Amino acid sequence: MIPELGQGALVVGIVLAVYGAIAAAAGAQTGRPALIESAQRAALAVFALVTACFLLLAYAFLTFDFSVRYVAHQTTLSTPFYYRVTAVWGALEGSILLWAWMLALYTLIVVLRHRGERDLYPWALSVMLGIIAFFLLVMTLPAPPFERLTPVPADGRGLNPLLEDTGMITHPVALYLGFTGFTVPFAFAMAALVTGRVGDAWITTTRRWTIVAWYFLSLGLLIGGWWSYHVLGWGGYWAWDPVENAAFMPWLTGTALLHSAMIQERRRMLKLWNISLVILTFGLTIFGTFLTRSGVIASVHAFSQGSIGAFFLAFLGLVLLVAFGGLAWRWDRLTAQGELDSILSRESAFLLNNVFLVAAAFTVFFGTVFPLLSEAIRGVKVSVGAPFFNQVNVPLFLSLIFLMGVGPLIAWRRASIDNLKRNFLGPVAIGLVAAAVLHLVGVRSTLAVLTLALALFAAATIALDVLRGTRARLRTGAGLARAVTGLLLRHNRRYGGFVIHLGILLVALGVTGSQAWSVQTEATLKRGQAVEVAGYRFRFEGLSATQESTHARVVGTFAVSRGGGAPIVMRPSKKFYRQEQAPIAGVDYRMGLTEDLYLVLGDFARDGSAATVKVLVNRLVSWIWIGGLVLTLGALLAIVPDDRAA
Amino acid sequence: MWRWLIPLSVVPVLGLLAYGFRVNPRDIPSPLVGRPAAPFVLRTFDGRDVSLESLRGRVVVLNFWASWCYPACYEEAPALERSWRAYRGREVSVVGVAIQDQPDAARKFIADFSLSFPNAPDPDGKVSVDYGVYGVPETFFIDRAGRIRRKQTGAVSDDLFRREVEKLLGEPA
Repeated sequence: MIPELGQGALVVGIVLAVYGAIAAAAGAQTGRPALIESAQRAALAVFALVTACFLLLAYAFLTFDFSVRYVAHQTTLSTPFYYRVTAVWGALEGSILLWAWMLALYTLIVVLRHRGERDLYPWALSVMLGIIAFFLLVMTLPAPPFERLTPVPADGRGLNPLLEDTGMITHPVALYLGFTGFTVPFAFAMAALVTGRVGDAWITTTRRWTIVAWYFLSLGLLIGGWWSYHVLGWGGYWAWDPVENAAFMPWLTGTALLHSAMIQERRRMLKLWNISLVILTFGLTIFGTFLTRSGVIASVHAFSQGSIGAFFLAFLGLVLLVAFGGLAWRWDRLTAQGELDSILSRESAFLLNNVFLVAAAFTVFFGTVFPLLSEAIRGVKVSVGAPFFNQVNVPLFLSLIFLMGVGPLIAWRRASIDNLKRNFLGPVAIGLVAAAVLHLVGVRSTLAVLTLALALFAAATIALDVLRGTRARLRTGAGLARAVTGLLLRHNRRYGGFVIHLGILLVALGVTGSQAWSVQTEATLKRGQAVEVAGYRFRFEGLSATQESTHARVVGTFAVSRGGGAPIVMRPSKKFYRQEQAPIAGVDYRMGLTEDLYLVLGDFARDGSAATVKVLVNRLVSWIWIGGLVLTLGALLAIVPDDRAA
Repeated sequence: MWRWLIPLSVVPVLGLLAYGFRVNPRDIPSPLVGRPAAPFVLRTFDGRDVSLESLRGRVVVLNFWASWCYPACYEEAPALERSWRAYRGREVSVVGVAIQDQPDAARKFIADFSLSFPNAPDPDGKVSVDYGVYGVPETFFIDRAGRIRRKQTGAVSDDLFRREVEKLLGEPA
């Protein structure tokens, strides 16, 4: 029953989405409001239908309806309730459904916020419904979530155990909210091209959308790193894998867009550039899905393959050709703009920031598709690994941290020597002193010294600005608390941005610390034996085995002590799943502000007399996650309604 | 007019990505092709011994599989069984090696597909290491002289089996 209902809802959904796209465009073209209203009702119906599909699939999972092939492949009767819910989007078909549902949701919100507007909105609605239609099409042809399975099996096959983690509810949801969120600015940009109103309207309309999408994408990336860190058991959080890169590229171009949009708002410059960036960003979200779902590039993420790759490639081609075609068509209107007055100005700092971000996106793109290029041209199989990405990106990111300090304080148009002295003398001195102190206390890694000094410089510029603003408010007689909150709320965009910058600096601190100072070792210990790492003693106490609902688990017990302190007990394990070839690591870790203890159980003697253990002491990693929290606060601050605008 | 170069520049990128459909990134050329196949002795699931040495002079199709390898191993199992039945009278041997598998699951797999060619577990993984197996399924076609002539990554089809085996049968021992 469920397969037929779901399939039916999908088909009706496609018809309505296509109709709505056409009606909205026709309404915009002819100026007949009835058509636009009809398109709005279609959008509402599409949202209801996709929601129904989602609920149907969830219901099929909760009731173990193995007549649905997707359910049978993603669960077994022993899958607990919680993972049956997350399994809805645990694989290809369901994740496309989640994507479509979020698109429909964004479209609904766009309708609610902008209905009645005449200029850009009808065309944007048309574009969004068209994009939804594509995703619904994918769900009826190459990736059908409601395909029937006959004969109906007695039990299902089961979810990939790596996905049995709380990160699986949040990581894909955040990432997809980010990916799909960029559809809104893209749709309005397309509307701008179609109508020829390529001024600032689309930028100001979509400013909040872009921040929301960017924020969710950042969150998705960070949660992905967190999942990798505490589930995969290799002690790292980022590996430059193609699938990670796929999500990182739109983040880079999206970040560039956030900054360059400010210049267009302020100085009427960069129209062409901003439209290009939004097209690139949206294109990269589609490219990312293509990359992860087509099997074209080898990745550790073992995602499914099939004809879906061709669908996404065709869609990507259509999007890029039409969008850049529109850009060429409106060329003359897009190139009329203000001029750059001086190299020493905020515009040029932002411009440089854009150049570096797009350069980073390009190198990541190049590194990701290089294996393909090499095979196509020279017939040689190669793989591009972390060393390439690190080498080209580290200098770019360092420059970006430097610009993060410069950009917000340097004057618009043309900075005077006085402006530079007033704003940067203090922060530069702080950065230099920091570098000297770090060197004196024995930090020998030049890269670490450089990163931390630059980060402190950037943080100092922010502190300086907040200090000045607060002092000005104190002079008007406000109390300290009121002065600070008043400052933050009154200029929420500016200070939201600053808080986000602080979050990014904390992430940089965590990345630097973990790269420069983490230590690890691997040891095979007999029971009662200990290994010492970074001042900690890890003593092997023995093994035990348990049977859980989905797997068997072998647990090693280790007593961890430092100096004369009382030992704590850590229990890394290995999980054996029926459907998996290799056992899966159950990492045990203790997080701390300066260091994490991180244990991974390796091979062991069956009688429990000996075990191999990998011990990692990871430095400052927690600051990456703390940075994520700070970033969240900043994003919230940046999107609260502007009280000035009211 | 040069502004139209911007949309046009998309075309080569798309072309490159489309080219990606034609190549398999997991298809890594094996350095073992052309070399003598590593000898092995395996005890099959039904308790008999099978060794490469005892098959010298026959064309050997050595297939690495696992019951958890879905869907490729499930696709190729019927094809392998059909092909083995078609060629068993013509100096062709098929040997299946279940790697990193649980014995019960592997036995069920053999029973489900009624596999009648010898199938053996590789308990310490020695044979799969000797053959440099990356993943499953992988299949090695070994000629009468005991040299590896082709490595197939991914499911074996009836066609592929026939083509490779006919070629090797046509060669003198």
